[in-house]
Amino acid sequence: MTAVQEQGTPMGYGSMRRKEDARFVRGKGLYIDDVRLRGMLHGAVLRSPYAHARILSVDVTAAEAHPKVRAVITGETLLDRGMAWMPTLSGDQQAVLATDKVRFQGQEVAFVVADDRYAARDALELIDVEYEPLPAVMDARRALDDGAPLIRDDLAGRQPGPAGNHVFDWDAGDAARTEEIFARADVTIAEDLLYPRVHPAPLETCGAVADFDTISGKLTMWSTSQAPHAHRLLYSLAAGIPEHKIRVISPDIGGGFGNKVPIYPGYLCAVIGSIICGRPVKWVEDRSENLMSTSFARDYHMHGEIAATRDGKILAVRVHVLADHGAFNGAAQPTKFPAGFFGVFTGSYDLEAAYCHVTGVYTNKAPGGVAYSCSFRITEAVYLVERMVDMLAFELDADPAELRMKNLLRPDQFPYTCATGWVYDSGDYARTLQLALDKAGYAELRREQAASRERGELMGIGISFFTEAVGAGPRKHMDILGLGMADGCELRVHPTGSAVLRISVQTQGQGHETTFAQIVAEELGISPDDIDVVHGDTDQTPFGLGTYGSRSTPVSGAAAAVVARRVREKARIVAAAMLEVSADDLDWEKGRWFVRGDPDHGRTIAEIALAAHSDLDLPEGAEGHLDASCVYNPPNLTYPCGAYICVVDVDPGTGKVSVRRFVAVDDCGVRINPMIVEGQIHGGLADGVGMALMEVIAFDAGGNCLGGSFMDYLLPTAEECPSWELGETVTPSPHHPIGAKGVGESATVGSPPAVVNAVMDALRPFGVRHADMPLTPAQVWCAIQGRPLRTDLAIT
Amino acid sequence: MQVPSHVEYERATSVEHALELLARFGPESRVLAGGHSLIPMMKLRLAQPETLIDINGISGLSRIAMEGDELRIGALVRHAQLLDSALAGEHFPVLHDAERVIADPIVRNWGTIGGSLCQADPSEDLSAVFGAIRATAVIQGRDGARAVPVREFHLGPYETVVAPDELLTELRVPIRPGGGSAYEKVARRVGDWSVAAAGAVIWLDPASGTPTVSEAGIGLAAVGAGHFVAEEAEDFLRGQPVSDEMFARAGQIAAEHCTPSADQRGPADYKRHLTGELTTRALRRAAARACGQEA
Amino acid sequence: MEITMTVNGAEYTRDVEPRMLLIHFLRDELELTGSHWGCDTSNCGACVIWLDGAPLKSCTALAAMAGGRDIRTVEGLERDGELDVVQQGFIACHGLQCGFCTPGMMMTARWLLDRIPDPADAEIREAISGQICRCTGYENIVRSVRWAAAHSRGAAGPDGSGAHEVTV
Repeated sequence: MTAVQEQGTPMGYGSMRRKEDARFVRGKGLYIDDVRLRGMLHGAVLRSPYAHARILSVDVTAAEAHPKVRAVITGETLLDRGMAWMPTLSGDQQAVLATDKVRFQGQEVAFVVADDRYAARDALELIDVEYEPLPAVMDARRALDDGAPLIRDDLAGRQPGPAGNHVFDWDAGDAARTEEIFARADVTIAEDLLYPRVHPAPLETCGAVADFDTISGKLTMWSTSQAPHAHRLLYSLAAGIPEHKIRVISPDIGGGFGNKVPIYPGYLCAVIGSIICGRPVKWVEDRSENLMSTSFARDYHMHGEIAATRDGKILAVRVHVLADHGAFNGAAQPTKFPAGFFGVFTGSYDLEAAYCHVTGVYTNKAPGGVAYSCSFRITEAVYLVERMVDMLAFELDADPAELRMKNLLRPDQFPYTCATGWVYDSGDYARTLQLALDKAGYAELRREQAASRERGELMGIGISFFTEAVGAGPRKHMDILGLGMADGCELRVHPTGSAVLRISVQTQGQGHETTFAQIVAEELGISPDDIDVVHGDTDQTPFGLGTYGSRSTPVSGAAAAVVARRVREKARIVAAAMLEVSADDLDWEKGRWFVRGDPDHGRTIAEIALAAHSDLDLPEGAEGHLDASCVYNPPNLTYPCGAYICVVDVDPGTGKVSVRRFVAVDDCGVRINPMIVEGQIHGGLADGVGMALMEVIAFDAGGNCLGGSFMDYLLPTAEECPSWELGETVTPSPHHPIGAKGVGESATVGSPPAVVNAVMDALRPFGVRHADMPLTPAQVWCAIQGRPLRTDLAIT
Repeated sequence: MQVPSHVEYERATSVEHALELLARFGPESRVLAGGHSLIPMMKLRLAQPETLIDINGISGLSRIAMEGDELRIGALVRHAQLLDSALAGEHFPVLHDAERVIADPIVRNWGTIGGSLCQADPSEDLSAVFGAIRATAVIQGRDGARAVPVREFHLGPYETVVAPDELLTELRVPIRPGGGSAYEKVARRVGDWSVAAAGAVIWLDPASGTPTVSEAGIGLAAVGAGHFVAEEAEDFLRGQPVSDEMFARAGQIAAEHCTPSADQRGPADYKRHLTGELTTRALRRAAARACGQEA
Repeated sequence: MEITMTVNGAEYTRDVEPRMLLIHFLRDELELTGSHWGCDTSNCGACVIWLDGAPLKSCTALAAMAGGRDIRTVEGLERDGELDVVQQGFIACHGLQCGFCTPGMMMTARWLLDRIPDPADAEIREAISGQICRCTGYENIVRSVRWAAAHSRGAAGPDGSGAHEVTV
């Protein structure tokens, strides 16, 4: 167990400014809609107004007659080419353009290619589609009813009936042992909790420019991709183009948050458009298309239970989940984990037993189930356990901080195998929570709250403690579509000592060009300014699975450190030849090998690099040049943790919630660039405030999406966010080369329960134990009235 | 990105010119001012006018001034300009209260007062405010101008008395001393439309020992109040002594007489509750301001 | 129709459809792609530019409306090879991550500082409240603007030329 430091020493170069910013602040980034190729045409997608309907006919005559239209593509066009369906990341199939039925509002029906974007949009209105509306499944809780309409009649063997809309059943933990504990526990609590359907909604929507070279048969695919190498395989499978004839380029990406992990029908339509027209075709979603058709997140209907002793020792947690996967199972998660990493719902506590059962269902809603900064469903898991623990505190009339403190894992228990089998690598949870309590002035806050309650004011203090499992993952256990989740990395030091690092992961704002240079700089002792980081181009980078699930630092960051160490060892051999000593007699100091006991006698990396490329005689087996590559297969996930405290004020007359303060103490192991780490946390905290208070995609009974624009799908602004108060503890990961853990999603995972716990704490005088997110003014008022709303349905 | 369908564009150089263009291009033409309601509607193709008549270049419609005992606000006055106007704020703090919570600072730079009223969105804050303070709308036609009380301006959702060949040019608000006013709004988030909102203006009779209400105006947004006002509550308040209890009862009356409908901002009973709560709060603040107790 | 406008000090004339949105005129016709768009409903503010000196969501204006007027975009912030102090502040305080909202945020920040040289945090937050950032949680944007304010004070000239240099 490594000692915890309150202020960790970051790696060399610490909070250096970002290399990326020079272009971004000048407006010189290159985002997808900035890509402009010679002869480029523009595409637009016609979408279904119905949630469920049979397509009787599609008449494109008038659209084709539009003078600026170059092609109109329908499901029939694609059927002829064997491209009407594409594989999803979960091994399901998804319609590229509907042929038989539409299965959600906003589904792709036809694609127009025109000279400019205005004409493409105009031509959509000239397409005449005849639909026969069908009854739709808009309430996930009715999806498995006897009489539920069958959504996926495209799948073989599906019959209407209770199993017709069933996707999967999956469980983890020990059901019998858990039941035994629940049967004898002093206290048990059960509650239904909905983690509503939300959307990553990056500020830049998804898009692509497909450029198919009809002579070479090579497709260059510019697209908003968090996982360029995985996308190359998907395009190959879906479009039948050999993989070596596909180059995926991910330019600057205006935020991803999981939204840009899957491929979408529009991308493939652009490919087909380019093949048919022989010219590049650009397609970029508008905001409604983004919100209504691309991958949502969450949509977990959970029945949670917790068992404890009278004096507050938590014994077991159990949860049954109904998972709404929409019309096609497009969930982006490792193959063997249909419910993602939800299995870590045991949280940060030492439980005797735990059990979860997840049932996935199809509904007539947009497909997906992506990680919206959730580390593969850990957001849902943390929300569940942290709400249940707070409800236990409510029932026991216990202080939620003390209750947690009593049950947190102890440092001496690591590595800790939780009740569902996950092996937590490291942590000092009590220390982390105590620091958060101290930073918040918890005791004083409770005193203030008691006084304010006397005055009839509603002040709430909410705590959450989360443990994440990030950095997927070990190849043995984790793959996506059969692709193991290891990452390649290549490093080449040029003769003058500057270097180029090629990585497989893809930044969407995380600052990889800076932090990956810092990792190598630290290992080789050269300046990060002298290291160019290449990413986002499958022709230029080694294979790897991309950036999501907070995996860049745990996997590719490790790869960068490993490859740099390999280069360092190669440099040692060269240095030994230069110094005419044995490599075993050399010692390393940052940037330089020197003769042990004779520090003046050494060679810098730059000197070694030049020699490595020169005519210097090298020992047998040494090849010359200074480069290395590696494939990093993580031995385990990393387990960052954090303690969050939120203070809210609720207006009793209106139900309006204001977040007054938010204290976040994170432990993500060694921090490479603390400035960037803090920025990641800030963003996630705002996400949490958004999900807790305003974000939701609900549907009405007629199948209409009620969150299809930024007027309806509300994202937090600067005025809803307090000034975040951060703290840190540092418990290095014992198995990561530099002790780092992932952090990109920690705050998104940890903050929603803190906000909800705070609001419920504020409503305690009314005896309110739970209300589902988002806690809009209406929801809070309804909760006070004792009848909280179902937030996944239209408010009536 | 969504884009408008084909449209022709004309620039008006004067009110007369605008009226001439409106007459020439007929009912399929639309006046374009700030464009912050119309252009999004055009992008979503919910509005597909044949011709836009841009009135942004007309001088003389962007004035905020006192004339006699009237505050005059030009139809092309931008929200930000009204918010910055000390003159408007001095006489009707309710205008500043409301402008502070309408859309966002960037939208307020360009969105116009006239455009907001003519869009006639049922949730429009300014319709409630100008209703509360009993403003009069000046509507110019080719045959001359007519003055219509704002309380008679709206015919229904997205529908006003302004004919296709007419132009709203100005709002006039009578000034009376001894008043106070305030606006209270609940929105799901900054910049969102109101879940419910109430504006109140109140004049006190200083002659008596306990001040009494000599006149009151109450405007309501987003809750289906007829003409955006709560006349029954106003009637109730006239002559009543100033007290929290009276304001609460006025709020109840306003709540009883509005007809909110449920949407994703909240169920009808919540909006009705809010109507009462916000009316009460607005009255209390308006009275405090009338008494010089709050700026 | 033929439209002429001044953008970042240079005059441009283009023949475009009357319906063309200003953001598309800037991005597609003038190839000034620093201004972005992120929604269709005037909510996100990625497209904020200046029209006659005041910030405007350029997705909610027609290019025709800007005819004869003066536009400033993010590409016009840097003067004579020196970054505006707001740009420097965003770099110094990590006020951007993916960079997509950044141009709009900086245009609003520059405008705010021209009006209120030393804004309180609440004034900064209000000024950018019509603009969405999905990455930063706004904290570092607020700090960036404050940094810019601090480094503008004591500037040698009204153009902020005395501001501290930031290495980029």
